[in-house]
Amino acid sequence: MFKMTPNVLRNLISKKATRRYPRQVRPPYESVRGELRNDSTQCNLCGACALKCPSQCITVDKTAGTWTCDPFACVYCGVCVDTCPAQSLTQKREYRPPAVERQTIFMQGEPRKKTKTPEAVESG
Amino acid sequence: MFKTVIPFGPQHPVLPEPIHLKLTVEDERITEAIPSLGFVHRGLERLADLRDFHQMIQVVERVCGICSMIHAVCYCQGIEELMAVEVPPRAKFLRVIWSELHRIHSHLLWLGLFADSFGFESLFMQFWRIREKIMDINEATTGNRVIISVNVVGGVRRDLSHAQIKWVLSELQMIEQDIKRLENTMLSDYTIKKRTVGKGLLTAPQASELGAVGPTLRGSGVAQDIRQTGYAAYGELDFEPVVETDGDCYARCKVRFRETLASIDLILQAIANLPAGETRQKVKGRPEGETVTRVEQPRGELLYYIKANGNKNLERLRIRTPTFANIPALLTMLPGMWLSDVPVIVLSIDPCISCTER
Amino acid sequence: MQGDIIAVGPETLVREAAQAKVDGYRLVTLSCVELDAETVDILYHFDKDLTLKHLRLTVPKGTPVPSISAVHWAAFLAENEIQDLFGLHFTGLAVDYEGTLYLEDEVRRTPFCRYSIRQSDKNTPAPDARQEMGEN
Repeated sequence: MFKMTPNVLRNLISKKATRRYPRQVRPPYESVRGELRNDSTQCNLCGACALKCPSQCITVDKTAGTWTCDPFACVYCGVCVDTCPAQSLTQKREYRPPAVERQTIFMQGEPRKKTKTPEAVESG
Repeated sequence: MFKTVIPFGPQHPVLPEPIHLKLTVEDERITEAIPSLGFVHRGLERLADLRDFHQMIQVVERVCGICSMIHAVCYCQGIEELMAVEVPPRAKFLRVIWSELHRIHSHLLWLGLFADSFGFESLFMQFWRIREKIMDINEATTGNRVIISVNVVGGVRRDLSHAQIKWVLSELQMIEQDIKRLENTMLSDYTIKKRTVGKGLLTAPQASELGAVGPTLRGSGVAQDIRQTGYAAYGELDFEPVVETDGDCYARCKVRFRETLASIDLILQAIANLPAGETRQKVKGRPEGETVTRVEQPRGELLYYIKANGNKNLERLRIRTPTFANIPALLTMLPGMWLSDVPVIVLSIDPCISCTER
Repeated sequence: MQGDIIAVGPETLVREAAQAKVDGYRLVTLSCVELDAETVDILYHFDKDLTLKHLRLTVPKGTPVPSISAVHWAAFLAENEIQDLFGLHFTGLAVDYEGTLYLEDEVRRTPFCRYSIRQSDKNTPAPDARQEMGEN
């Protein structure tokens, strides 16, 4: 009997384990895999991220020059960030806030020039 | 005496996941239990046809939400064996550290749920408060809380810095103190003993005959733990399986409680012996051949059968999860018990139904 | 693959499984692998003191497979799973879900088979298999 009493008394005098969340937010840790960002100035639309993504949430349209990601399908594994050859993909330290409607992360890049040789297009 | 059939589940307050048991009762005593599964069957094994063998790591991590890291370790070990990849020693130790962190948080989750199953809600809160610190360690060192996604074929994707190791050590010290503070309540409280001692008996010969694994097997006095085979870096660490001999719910509870402390000890050992060097070996090529790999999950032995034919997709991936092996044992524990003990007994095998059905 | 692999036929399977039990082996699980359109492999994994042993049974689809659940009762779940997902039929199952462990009653396809066999495609289906696969 009364085995729990010391714990109960300790809890009475110790500080709270929880936070008053929306008003008080713990700063995120250094290397948290948060929301995905793509830097349009560095992205060369190679499509490596779309190929490697395990949840196939990234689509790259090379002719239109668009890069889209469905953040609701993303599993935040960071594989795309690891594989990006141009290092244009980064993950923020914050998680995506809850949303009331469907969102997409969209980026309009420079479409491929038709004047390029086919080899150049493929090597990019 | 009249026979009555009572459905238990798929939705039941004590079950976090859906499993249905058809219980035949005489008076209040159970005479027969027949399970029915299939409420969360997702066919993940077949996804090997659509995802290549690197992408499958993220898929197998999602077989189980609690021990995802250990699933990935098992899968990567199998592929590494097929491709003859030598994993750097540091990566092996890091795999041990994160696996044991997962074991601790899974056991703490279970201890909390178990306390909840016999109505000890404040104990449930206490365990989950400790568990939150483990989740913080996971988040700070890997970037995610549960599905930490650090394994790749040939090593791990994250490394621990000196500052992180120092912080993890101080946190673990606090966690160990916190867990030990609850030992007196969990293992010698009158009400807890009243609900668990002698319930759901499973003798040692029964346990091995029915193919029980993990704490269910070790709670019956069989000292078998796949970590004894020395996969990853377990061979270089001092490790003894935790065994209890009574074979009831209380014994399984004691096994899990003592395993959390044993896991902390393993992490401390792994950190003390952490070798320097690379964490990731570059891999080229595709796997070919067939293999069976096993690791120890919080719930018991996990077996992967992998067959590859040199394509980027695997030919066959078979996952045998520990709860799948423990269900026959559960069915033999139930007959003869009171209906009111069913939630405690069902929970005592730590059922993970998403694992079971994949 | 670690452990010995012993090839068995449908007639020697139950005897080998019983021998494994006498020798103190624990049944780990059954794995079913589709080899081609006609045949499947069933691997029976056994464990004793952390050493594995496997029995490999190669059977044509549609022929009933003897169940080892009379010897190793725990095999019934894995055998029912194979029955559901690969459309095989096991004779003498301890608890037979008749293809409804994972699937619904009306489903008569075999979701884990790459080569789906319709009943009319088969030349000489065994009577048990016909009953199991339904009219589809």
